Amino acid sequence: MTDQQSLPARTLPLILFFLVASFVSNGQEIPSEPAAISAGEALFNNNCRSCHRVHEKLIGPALAGVTERAPSVDWIISFVKNPPAVIASGDEYATALFDQYKPTMMTAFSTFSDEDILNILAYVQAEAAKGPATAEAPAEGQPVSSAGEGVPAAYLNLILIGMVIILVLLLIILVFLISAVKRFLDQKDLTPEQRELVHAPFTLGTILRSRGFIFIVVFVVAALGFKAVINGLYSVGIQQGYAPAQPIAFSHKIHAGQYQIDCNYCHTGVMTSKNANIPSANICMNCHNQIKQGTLTGEAEIAKIVKAYETNTPIEWVRVHNLPDLAYFNHAQHVNVGGIECQTCHGPIETMDVVRQHSLLTMGWCIDCHRQTELNTKGNAYYDRLVELHSKQSKSNMTVMDNGGLECSKCHY
Amino acid sequence: MKETKKVYWKGLEQLRNDASFVKHAQNEFAPAPEEDPGHSRRDFLRMMGFGLSAAALAACEAPVRHAIPYVVKPEDVDPGIANYYASTYINGGDYCSIVVKTREGRPIKIEGNTFSGVTGGGTSAQVEASVLSLYDNARLRGPKKGSARITWEDLDREVIAKLREINASGGQIRIISHSVLSPSTRRVIEQFRAAYPTTQHVMYDQHSFYGMLKANEESIGAAIIPSYDFSKANVIVSIAADFLSTWLSPIEFSRQYARTRAVGEDKKTMSRHYQFESILSLTGANADYRTMIKPSQEGAVAIQLYNLIAAKAGQPTLPGGVDVPHLQKAADDLWAARGNALVVAGSNDKAIQVVVNGINSMLGSYGTTILTHLPVNYRQGDDVAMVKFIDELHSGRIAGVIFYNCNPVYDHPMGEQLQAGLKGVALSVSTSYKEDETATVTTYKAPDHHYLEAWNDAEPKRNHFSVGQPAITPIFRSRAAQESFLTWAGVESPDYFEYVKRNWREWFYKGQAGGFQAFWDKCVHDGVYELPVEPSTVTFSGDVAAAARSIGQNYTETPMELVIYENGTVGNGSQANNPLLQELPDPITKVVWDHYVTVSPKDANGLETPESKTIYASINANGKVVKLPVLVQPGQAPGTIGIPLGYGRTKAGKVADNRGVNVYPLLSLVNGSLSYNVVNVKLEFTNERYQLAQTQTHDTYMARKSVIREYTLETFSKDPQFVKTDFNPQISTWKSPTHKVKPGELSMWKGHEYRDHHWAMAIDLNTCIGCGACVVACNVENNISLVGREEVINRREMHWLRIDRYYSSDADVEDWRGLEDAAENPEVVFQPMLCQHCNNAPCETVCPVAATTHSSEGLNQMTYNRCIGTRYCANNCPYKVRRFNWFKYHDNRQFEDVNPAMNTMLGKMVLNPDVTVRSRGVMEKCTFCVQRIQLGKLEAKKERRRVKDGDIKTACQVACSTGAIVFGDINDPESQISKLLKIRPADPERPYRIDKIADNPRAYNVLEEIGVKPNIWYLTKIRNKDVSPA
Repeated sequence: MTDQQSLPARTLPLILFFLVASFVSNGQEIPSEPAAISAGEALFNNNCRSCHRVHEKLIGPALAGVTERAPSVDWIISFVKNPPAVIASGDEYATALFDQYKPTMMTAFSTFSDEDILNILAYVQAEAAKGPATAEAPAEGQPVSSAGEGVPAAYLNLILIGMVIILVLLLIILVFLISAVKRFLDQKDLTPEQRELVHAPFTLGTILRSRGFIFIVVFVVAALGFKAVINGLYSVGIQQGYAPAQPIAFSHKIHAGQYQIDCNYCHTGVMTSKNANIPSANICMNCHNQIKQGTLTGEAEIAKIVKAYETNTPIEWVRVHNLPDLAYFNHAQHVNVGGIECQTCHGPIETMDVVRQHSLLTMGWCIDCHRQTELNTKGNAYYDRLVELHSKQSKSNMTVMDNGGLECSKCHY
Repeated sequence: MKETKKVYWKGLEQLRNDASFVKHAQNEFAPAPEEDPGHSRRDFLRMMGFGLSAAALAACEAPVRHAIPYVVKPEDVDPGIANYYASTYINGGDYCSIVVKTREGRPIKIEGNTFSGVTGGGTSAQVEASVLSLYDNARLRGPKKGSARITWEDLDREVIAKLREINASGGQIRIISHSVLSPSTRRVIEQFRAAYPTTQHVMYDQHSFYGMLKANEESIGAAIIPSYDFSKANVIVSIAADFLSTWLSPIEFSRQYARTRAVGEDKKTMSRHYQFESILSLTGANADYRTMIKPSQEGAVAIQLYNLIAAKAGQPTLPGGVDVPHLQKAADDLWAARGNALVVAGSNDKAIQVVVNGINSMLGSYGTTILTHLPVNYRQGDDVAMVKFIDELHSGRIAGVIFYNCNPVYDHPMGEQLQAGLKGVALSVSTSYKEDETATVTTYKAPDHHYLEAWNDAEPKRNHFSVGQPAITPIFRSRAAQESFLTWAGVESPDYFEYVKRNWREWFYKGQAGGFQAFWDKCVHDGVYELPVEPSTVTFSGDVAAAARSIGQNYTETPMELVIYENGTVGNGSQANNPLLQELPDPITKVVWDHYVTVSPKDANGLETPESKTIYASINANGKVVKLPVLVQPGQAPGTIGIPLGYGRTKAGKVADNRGVNVYPLLSLVNGSLSYNVVNVKLEFTNERYQLAQTQTHDTYMARKSVIREYTLETFSKDPQFVKTDFNPQISTWKSPTHKVKPGELSMWKGHEYRDHHWAMAIDLNTCIGCGACVVACNVENNISLVGREEVINRREMHWLRIDRYYSSDADVEDWRGLEDAAENPEVVFQPMLCQHCNNAPCETVCPVAATTHSSEGLNQMTYNRCIGTRYCANNCPYKVRRFNWFKYHDNRQFEDVNPAMNTMLGKMVLNPDVTVRSRGVMEKCTFCVQRIQLGKLEAKKERRRVKDGDIKTACQVACSTGAIVFGDINDPESQISKLLKIRPADPERPYRIDKIADNPRAYNVLEEIGVKPNIWYLTKIRNKDVSPA
């Protein structure tokens, strides 16, 4: 506690120094090389985007032109690192900003280095130069197409038509063959019975009553029935497409799609824990302190969060993705270590107003992915030896399966 | 070598080769109990058909499951990530510095705190099990008056009014407790006494050390109990002190002891341990030389040892004394090792302790193995004061009494008088967290928190301090007892946390860098704060002659004598309602859930107890008669019977109530302190039959050299390689009649590699003392079902890790007479037995559904959801370590009483969320704590590095206070296990192939000859005995 109370006192002279310094020069130069801009973009998307946009005002101000507005680049750096301290120091610009956005105060990003912040500014400048039209280009992490690498539909139709033509031709040939055989037999000396057999009427009744036909029909019906039962049994407990109504009509389409808030911002455990975590109400309130009017639902739904927060009643969300208790799944392993996009399993979540279970979530579905996915070993010293051993013995890529990804105890214990 | 003929057996029926034993020995399970004949197989199919369709219909609708996040998430709690808090286990005077693992705010596992200079990261079965006591359904939900609920405010008002009334009229008030380890609590009690000056604080202990306190007062001038350092003792003589299991500070002592017992090629010395005792204790089982004496001889043996040493030291000898085998040898060894010798005695008689002090003084133990400058606080109880209190209570001279977390109505010999006396007092309060025998008869119940819910501190020994940190918010409306005392002393809404903090600031904060908060945070983080103590010496000034006279007067041998002892499982009975302890087999008798009287084979007089089917005996001691089932115990002195304490609870809860008999009332004062030995006892066998639940011969295999290997230190130090090659099974091949190879070299599968890790374990049979802490740790970590007495009788216990206890003797296999004599006093070997994770696992090849398979890291995996329960794997397992779920043990009211951790809402909070709760009809077994392996690997991957040795430890390894279990990656040549076993790859060209050779001469695989290539190596038992007496 004592440390924090003394901070403003300590930062005040610092800020004064920066203010003086800014008259002389802008302290530090904003880089313009592409590497800095792309580094800045990543930082911006992961940390700033939930409250700031380059061209429009969101929870915080639009950032385009911030370098011209703000007293100095050094001021921006110190403000980003510790906004409360700068505000408390009585800085005029900061106080004005705070008054404008009360009661929301910007989160302190004390872990950012000066270089990080300069990179973000570089990105902001670059985006600002591009203008608003291109600025809101969709970020990375678009839904990954789940369709297999099959033949396109147009070709499929052509093939089907071709096959039908071939079948019709075969039929015609058969009819010709039958009449030729009949003609040939008529020229022979046949007993009356044989003749009757050759000229037996070829009617619907005879076909329907024939053993072969009955066998085929019974077999097909039985097989279809069996298949239906098996399919039915296999689908027990599968909830693909499950999209229950939630106590609050929260829309991922608006938050993740329109406003491009990073998934990590709310689902805090996704990089560290087994659970991605459903955000606690205080995370919602970071923004909804300020935003009381929803795009789709007006004030009613947001008021529910505020009420839950104020009355200290947890929100009982309906769990959409349910794995059986016997299966162990860890988000950190997949997202942090494996580098998998959320959409790979959760589908185009940023287009969903109501969250829907996109994937099958069956063991077969897990295993398929483990068979095909290449192990993300880049820059991970854990895998160095394994990669070396694998490359000695095999030419193919090292998949999850090659590292024991199909073993029972990876998921069941 | 003579040793090669050593024979091991697990129980007397095996030794005698009883017909019934032979019949069932090869069966893993007992004959099936009679099933209800009312239902035929046809009925079953009919019901099954209906059931299936009903189930299929019901399954169509998946239940709606909710996910409820925090409203405001605490910053340091992340769902799915465990938090660890240092804390302190205190149960009466028992102490352990611990680390509590919590998940989502629930304590789920207790581990030792390696920062502690006292317990050093060790735990015991009771410490490990105490996490389940937190979730005991029998806990008080809040304060009560009589049997009615009351609010804290009303209780405080009434108690304060009565206290003031008593104070005004000059009435006497007593606070009764066990030894109080906490300096802050002692201060609280002082503050209470200041408010009510007639208050006296009386401490007593279930396992009293009052005799030792008095003896030290007399002989070294201070009524203290010193610290003992077994790690410096080259020769240890114990006269009936069970210091590895129940005597004073077993966790600390077993750690020190193990250090002297470890041997290897580079350290070919070990301590020599003599034990003179009446019952076979855990400590006796680990001794090199063990002599059976009668309880009444303890004093005489001490005198004799004194005289033998005195003769060497040139001191006058004492009258009395009795010569028993090995005593002369012990004296010679002690004298030769003086300065590094230690003699301890378990007796609570002042006179015996004075004589032992005299011996230690002559041996120069003070200052080396006995540290008087580090007195311990574990036992401060005053037997005389307690008896005086009960007399006063009985005669109506006490007006108010507060029982601070103690239960004397149950665990004091005069409990009955105490209960009767309580009727006359104006105010009686109990702070016990449960409505136990004492709380039931007090007017007010002011429940304290469980120790895992409360702040506290402790001073187990001088200048060794310890912080008790809560790991969960109080589950019920309990209140810290210290806050209750302060409230009643007139302090307005006291906060014990602030109180402790203030005390620490006053006592320990000397302006350390960073300010008090930083100092306090570090203390809380570390759990301990230790200060150096200046060594000092004492001079022995005891009157040994008077002591010897007193011994001569007080003890005369009688035909039948009784030892009342604390066992290593249920202990003194305070945690008797903990099913983890009830189902933990007693290390020696291997009995679970049952109370019994141990009788020597000679006294059993040919009584046969096949398959633990025994009879009741009635025991008449001090005029009190108790009736208990008989257990014939090899190693027990003839003319002696033994009964464990801790049973016969009546108000402990569903688990413990009415199990056995309370034998505390059989104790009485001898020579001014409680005596745990009773002479002149009458033992009579009745005709009433009883079936004991005993795991001793379950899953047995006739022990032979390929299972247990044992050599003397002399053999080992002369030629370590002999130990390795003495037993060397080889297999003939097709190449030529003389061509033989090691069994492991023949395999259907060649060239498998474990490229990533190769997990393996080493278990040192020398440092394993058989205590069972690992078994409880395994149970808690892996959500293992407890099955109850009936199911254990059916041989259906679920323990993944068991400790096989083998008796052995040097007599020839054919020499039945010799074997029979040896059965009187056998040697004991403990062998922890768990899944060996064989590289060529026999279980894997027989599973029809591939539910048990091998991983690429050497683990034998068991997939519960794939298992269909054929039990072929268990049949084919040579080590008998697979366990079958005969019933659904969770959410099943039939098992609610014995398995609360899976059947009550409260109990379920202890379950480890990372481990599946198994259902009926599936096999299970040790997984090498695969959840810990996966977590350790994931942490390493997240940090983009390899796994470091020590990142991953199994639950049993962490629990072991002696370090007997080492787990690790033998693909890593730098790991502790690789170095210990001296692992090298069989093929240096391909270091990751599964075949590894352990060059440590003590390392061996159990059942090596069957070629299953286990991943567990045992280290041969080495006994510090002379090769042959001749």
